Amino acid sequence: MTAVLERPAPVRPAGPATRARRLARRVGGPWTYAALIAVLAGSAFPVYWSFVVSSQTPDAIDSVPPVLVPGGHLFANIARVFDTTDFALAMVNSIVVSGTVTISVVLFSTLAGFAFAKLKFRGRNVLLLLIIGTQAIPTELGIIPLYMMMAEFGWAGEIHAVIVPGLVTAFGVFFMRQYFERAIPDELLEAGRMDGCGSLRLFWHVALPAARPAAAVLGLFTFMQAWNDFFWPLVVLTPENPTVQTALSTLASGYTTDYTLVLTAATIGTVPVLAVFLLFGRQIVGGIMSGAVKG
Amino acid sequence: MVLMDKTARRHRWDTKFAPYGYVAPYFLIFGVFGLFPLLYTIWVSLQDRNLLESEAATFVWFANYAKLMADPYFWNAMGNTLSLWLLTTVPQILFALFIAQLLNRKVRTRTLFRMGVILPNITSVAAVTIIFAQLFGRDFGLVNWVLELFGAGQIDWQAGTASSHVAIAVMVVWRWTGYHALIFLASMQAIPSTLYEAATLDGANGRQQFWRITVPLLRPQIIFTTIIATTGNMRLLAEPLLFNPGAAAATGGSDRQFQTAALYLYEQGFTKYDFGYSSSIAVVLAIATVVVAGLGYLATKRIRTE
Repeated sequence: MTAVLERPAPVRPAGPATRARRLARRVGGPWTYAALIAVLAGSAFPVYWSFVVSSQTPDAIDSVPPVLVPGGHLFANIARVFDTTDFALAMVNSIVVSGTVTISVVLFSTLAGFAFAKLKFRGRNVLLLLIIGTQAIPTELGIIPLYMMMAEFGWAGEIHAVIVPGLVTAFGVFFMRQYFERAIPDELLEAGRMDGCGSLRLFWHVALPAARPAAAVLGLFTFMQAWNDFFWPLVVLTPENPTVQTALSTLASGYTTDYTLVLTAATIGTVPVLAVFLLFGRQIVGGIMSGAVKG
Repeated sequence: MVLMDKTARRHRWDTKFAPYGYVAPYFLIFGVFGLFPLLYTIWVSLQDRNLLESEAATFVWFANYAKLMADPYFWNAMGNTLSLWLLTTVPQILFALFIAQLLNRKVRTRTLFRMGVILPNITSVAAVTIIFAQLFGRDFGLVNWVLELFGAGQIDWQAGTASSHVAIAVMVVWRWTGYHALIFLASMQAIPSTLYEAATLDGANGRQQFWRITVPLLRPQIIFTTIIATTGNMRLLAEPLLFNPGAAAATGGSDRQFQTAALYLYEQGFTKYDFGYSSSIAVVLAIATVVVAGLGYLATKRIRTE
């Protein structure tokens, strides 16, 4: 009798049954689906609710029991939003801000990411560490001096005050650098060099085309983040020249809050990011899972 | 010969200096509009300074900090910040682990579920807060209606300290849990299935496997998420501001029951224009965030890896 033999036998006999059980652990059963559907419902409900409220009258919203399905007043409410506030200006401002910021972040991040991944220069590692370090800095806490600067420049209340600080992000540079490091073989660039390409031409003709998938993901994230940005626009812009988010804040601050009006505006303001999300959801999920961490 | 010389020189210039040109835009813009304001905050915090008469700014050493330490509104705001930090960070991470575990099973329509959990994160914080403020409304909010159905009675969510903190925490947790879940999911998928197979043979059930294999192996990710979530949750501003929008929004409720430190900074800076005082709040909040993130690190570091 050896010690090995004294060990209690496995509870389950080896063989097909075990394999079935093992598979059963990995494959979701009915409870998994039930839980996932509950999570999905919880995720989607507030957005759905916003849509429900935007299609109702104030009386219907304030009734007991509340109505849980959309009504027929969506377009009337949308018209009211554009009549009572300058929401069109807010939309235009938000499109200009998010568009400019997105193009700029993608361009500068790709350029710098390329240099950090594929070009050799003195101080490269120190500068890269600096970028990684600045990612963790809560720049929002510098909001007072930033406002003083904008007031000094005469930019307070203007949308370039919102655009300019957003033109670059540490995250973007780091994200593109990681991509170039993995995606572009040095041999490819070497071959380009042999043909007499300078680094800018290498960037434009070799690196940039190869970086398109990562640049697209970065662009999606940047656009959504710029569109949703709240604190700084609230501080530096005026109610007369708002972005969508600050216009929402102004609408919600009315003496009596008419939720059909406010939530219609919220719904309109969510449509652009929702459209991006529905079109490119797979890429966004992939981007987050591959380490696209936003602060 | 001359031509050769010229190309060689151009090549030298290209390899030596051009890379600095490519990385310069980032450092220039970030330096001027990111780093400089942050550091200058410290300088402003040592001054008696307001928006209207910036020429009259005077250097007052640590007077703002002394005033801050004796300011009951500030301590109230710090208390609310810490309470909200706890009420948001812990559920976020626990729910995210749970959801990631669900998403890690083999299910149909995988992409639909993954997109579903990230949907809250792409909606704007302003819209989310306004929607939830309506849902948490005292008289006609859906939450109270449901509570009424179960005979729990109505709650004036904004009125109490605890109830308002719970309502705000729900908004934050709703918006961020799915995002953290996807990060955890990515790490879970890297865990070799042989580990689970061996554990199954040893008779470990699903729950034991989760706490003894999954969680310890996710430790680096849990530490990272705790720190990221902490830096975000220590400076909540939009949620308390828009939970009770209106003329007195910056006080965070009639009794300041849900005014966070970031919101107090905003109140002092941009409704009273006391820039010096507001900057001192920013500095103390930054230090507090580092301390709390450090505590979070120490707590999550203790997850046993066996």
